[in-house]
Amino acid sequence: MSAVRDELSRRRFLQLAGGGIAVLVTLEAGWLAAQEHRSAYPTDFNAYLLIGADGWVTVYSGKIEMGQGVMTSLAQMAAEELAVDVASIDMVLGDTDRCPTDMGTFGSLTTRMFGPALRAAAADARSVLLELAAERLGVPKERLIASRGVVTVSGAESRHVSYGELSRGQHIVRTVGEAAVLKAAKDFEVMGRSLARVDARDKVTGAAKYTADVRLPGLEYAAILRPPAHGATLKRLDASSAARLPGVTVVQRDELVAVLHADAAAAATALERVDAEWTVPEPAVDTERIADHLQAVAQPKESTRRGDLDGARSRATRLFESTYRKGYVAHAPIETHAALAQMSNGRVTVWASTQTPFPTRDRVAKALGLDPKDVRVITPYVGGGFGGKSADRQAVEAARLAQLSRKPVQVAFSRAEEFFFDAFDPAAVVTIASGLGPDGRIAFWDYCVYGAGERGTAHVYEIPALRIRSGAAMSYDPSVPAPRVHPFAVGPWRAPGANMNVYAVESQMDLMAAAAGADPVEFRLRHLTDQRMRSTLQSAAAAFGWRPAPGPSGRGVGVACSIDAGSYVATMAEVAVDAQSGEILVRRIVCAQDMGVVVNPDGAKMQIEGGLTMGLGYTLAEELRFRGGEILDRNFDTYHLPRFSWVPHIEAVLVANDTIPPQGGGEPSITTTAAVIASAVHDATGARVLRLPMTPERVLAAIAAQRAKRAPA
Amino acid sequence: MNAPVSFRVNGRPTTVSADAGRPLLSVLRGELGLTGAKYGCGIGACGACTVLVAGKAVRACRATLGSVAGKDVTTIEGLATGARLHPLQQAFIDYGAVQCGYCTPGMLLAAHALLHEQTHPSRATIVATLEPHLCRCGAHQRILDAVEAVARTAGDVP
Repeated sequence: MSAVRDELSRRRFLQLAGGGIAVLVTLEAGWLAAQEHRSAYPTDFNAYLLIGADGWVTVYSGKIEMGQGVMTSLAQMAAEELAVDVASIDMVLGDTDRCPTDMGTFGSLTTRMFGPALRAAAADARSVLLELAAERLGVPKERLIASRGVVTVSGAESRHVSYGELSRGQHIVRTVGEAAVLKAAKDFEVMGRSLARVDARDKVTGAAKYTADVRLPGLEYAAILRPPAHGATLKRLDASSAARLPGVTVVQRDELVAVLHADAAAAATALERVDAEWTVPEPAVDTERIADHLQAVAQPKESTRRGDLDGARSRATRLFESTYRKGYVAHAPIETHAALAQMSNGRVTVWASTQTPFPTRDRVAKALGLDPKDVRVITPYVGGGFGGKSADRQAVEAARLAQLSRKPVQVAFSRAEEFFFDAFDPAAVVTIASGLGPDGRIAFWDYCVYGAGERGTAHVYEIPALRIRSGAAMSYDPSVPAPRVHPFAVGPWRAPGANMNVYAVESQMDLMAAAAGADPVEFRLRHLTDQRMRSTLQSAAAAFGWRPAPGPSGRGVGVACSIDAGSYVATMAEVAVDAQSGEILVRRIVCAQDMGVVVNPDGAKMQIEGGLTMGLGYTLAEELRFRGGEILDRNFDTYHLPRFSWVPHIEAVLVANDTIPPQGGGEPSITTTAAVIASAVHDATGARVLRLPMTPERVLAAIAAQRAKRAPA
Repeated sequence: MNAPVSFRVNGRPTTVSADAGRPLLSVLRGELGLTGAKYGCGIGACGACTVLVAGKAVRACRATLGSVAGKDVTTIEGLATGARLHPLQQAFIDYGAVQCGYCTPGMLLAAHALLHEQTHPSRATIVATLEPHLCRCGAHQRILDAVEAVARTAGDVP
C-alpha cells in the first residue's frame, strides 16, 4: 500500500505485491468542449480510485477541502457508484505526488467537473468487481447484488464475497472515459442524502491540521521584509543589527529579505530590527477616485449584441440610465496564507494552504530551478479560500528560503500581510441604459461593466435589443506599464464579477418594474420564458410568502434572480431601514436554488446559507480603503466582516431537478445578496442605493436624494 | 533569566520556561504543540485563538504566559473526554456548524464559557457572546442553532 501511496502510476501499481484494482478516468476533450467557457477548465481532468487488497477504497483528487465540503460530497459520489459505505473511503486530496493533475479548486467546478469523472471511476470499479465475483461464485453477473462492499448472489444470501477478497492478488488497472454507466437519481442510496461532514469530527476536536500546524524537526519560522505600499522600491537596507540577534539567520536574495528563527515570535521581533528605506510612488488613485479611474482606463469591448439597439432606444417610451459602483473587497479567510518547505536530496516538499496545488508546484519548481517532478505540494485542510488562495506567494517564499537556508522553513502571513498581498475582488463600475416600451416590456438594454469581468452579465430575461460591453476584467500584470487598471492585484473572489453584475442587473430590473408600476416578481416573470428560472422564482415566492405589490410598498421586501455555476437562484429578503441612522437590518432571507441533482442536501444548504451570509459583508460593510498602492485596512479592527448579529434567519430551498447532473453550489447564492437587499431597501424607502457597500451614510444620502427628487421644484 | 511558569493545560500540570510576557498563543502552539488554538489576527479581533483560562474565554494572542500562572487552561484538545465528545462538539457536527473549521475551536470554547456561566442562555445572549468571533464561511446561523440546542437541553453541561 505504501508504494501506491507514494506514487500511483500504472507501472508502480502493477508491481504491487498485495494487488488491488485501480481505475483511472480520462474525460474526452469532446465532453469538455460541450461545456460553456471551456477555456476556463482543465483539459486533462482525471481521477484515480483504488480498491486495496484490504477492501479499503482510496480516492485521489487534486481538489482540496477548504470548508466547501467536497471531501464529503466526493466520498458520497464514490460510495454511491461503488456500493460501499462512505466510512470505508479514504480521501487523499491535493497531494501532487499522489493525486492526478488538477488545475485547482475554484469556480464551483468540483462537483460539476470532477464529480462525473469520479462517479465513472467508481461505476467502472463496481463493474470489474461484479465480473470477478461472477467468476468466483460461478453465477452470471446479472444475478449479483453489490452492497456495502459485499457482492451477494440474489436469492442465495449465504453466497457472498467481499470487495477486499475480490481485489486481493489482482493487478487490475483500468482506464475509462465518460462511457461508464452512472446510477440514475431514482436509484440513489448515498447521494441525495444529508450526511454529516466526514471532516467535522477532526475539526471540532482540534485534530484537524492546517498548514501552519505542521511541525518538522529543526523548523525555522520566517519573517519577511515587506514594502509599505505596492509599487514601492527598496532604497536602502541594513540587516546587520537583526543578524546579530541570537538564533537569527538573515536570508537575502534579490528582493527577498527574511529573518529566520526557531521561534516565530522571535523572528517577528528580529524583523523589526531590519532597517529599510523605501521609495513610494505618488498615489494616483484611492478609495474615492477609483471609479473615475476605472471608467477612464478600462476600455470596454463588446461581447454580446442582439437586435436593433438604436431603433429600440428611439422607440422606447421610458428611458433609465444608472451607474452602479463597488470598491475592492478582501477574501479575508480566517486562516492566513501559510506554507512549510523542506529540501531533501534535491527535492522539495511544500505544505501549503492553497486552492491550486498543481499550479503551485509548477510555480515553486520555476522559482527554485527544479523540475516539477522534484516538487511535492501537500495540501492540509485549508481554513477558507473563497478564490483567494490561488496565487501562493507564501509557498514560493517558503521554498526559496528552504533552498537558500538549507533548513525547513515556515512562512505564515500575519493578518497585515494577508490584507497586503490579497488579490482583491476588484472595484467596478457598471453603467446601464435601458428602456421600456409602450407595452410595459423592456425594449432595450445597453450594459457596460468596467473592472469586474463579465460573469453575471448574461441575461435570462427576454429583451429584444441588447448590448453587453466589458472593460478590463481581472487584468493585473505588474510587468505591464501604466495605465494599470487596478493599483494592486485583483483576482477571483467567490463568484468573480457576478456579485457586482447581478447587483447592477437586478437593481435595474427592479427600477424598471417600479417605473412600470409592476410587482417586481411579476415584472421578472413577464420577461422570463426559461422554465428553470420561472420555477425557481416561483419556489422562492411560495416559501417566502410573496404578496404581489408594486414597489416601493413600504414593506421592505425584495427579490433577485441569478444563474451562476450552472445553478439557478432566486432570493427574497425582508429588511428594515432605520431612517435616522441609515442602518439596514436584514430580517430574513429565503433562497431557492435549482442545482440539478443534489449530492448532499444539507451540505448544499450550508453553502447557500454561507454564500448569503458572507455576501452580507460586500453588501453592507466591506470596502477596502487604500491610497495608491498603500493598503490602509490591515486587520479586522477597521475592516469589518459579517458578524452574528447581522445574520437574519435564512431559509434555503432546494428546487428538485433530477433531470440534470449536479451543478455548482459554493457560489450561486452569494451573487444575489447585494441585489436582493438593494431591492428590499428600495421597497422600504423608495431610495435606490447605487454603490456597494450600502453603508448607513450611503443609505441616508440615497433617501435624501429621493426626497429631493420628489419635492416640488 | 526566564523564570519557569507552572499551570495546568487540559488538566495536566505543565511548566514552561519562557519570557512571562510571551503570548499564550505562542506557548500553546510552540512549546506545547497544541495547535488547535489558531492565529487569525494577532490583536484579539477574530476569536480564532480563544482558549479557556479558569473557565473563562480568553484571547490567547493577547494573554501572556505570566497571566496563566497557577491557573487551568483548556484548549480545544481538552474539550472531549477521551473519545466522548462534549455536547457542544457533537452539536456542531449535527447542526452542520463546521465548514472550513478554522474558527471552530474558538467558537466552541467561547460557547463553553457561556454555558458554564449560564445554563440556559437565550439566543440573543448567545449572539452577543459570539459577536466578537469571526467566521468567513458564513456558518453563523448553524453555529447559533448548535449552541442554542445545547443550551436548551435540560441539566447542566459538563
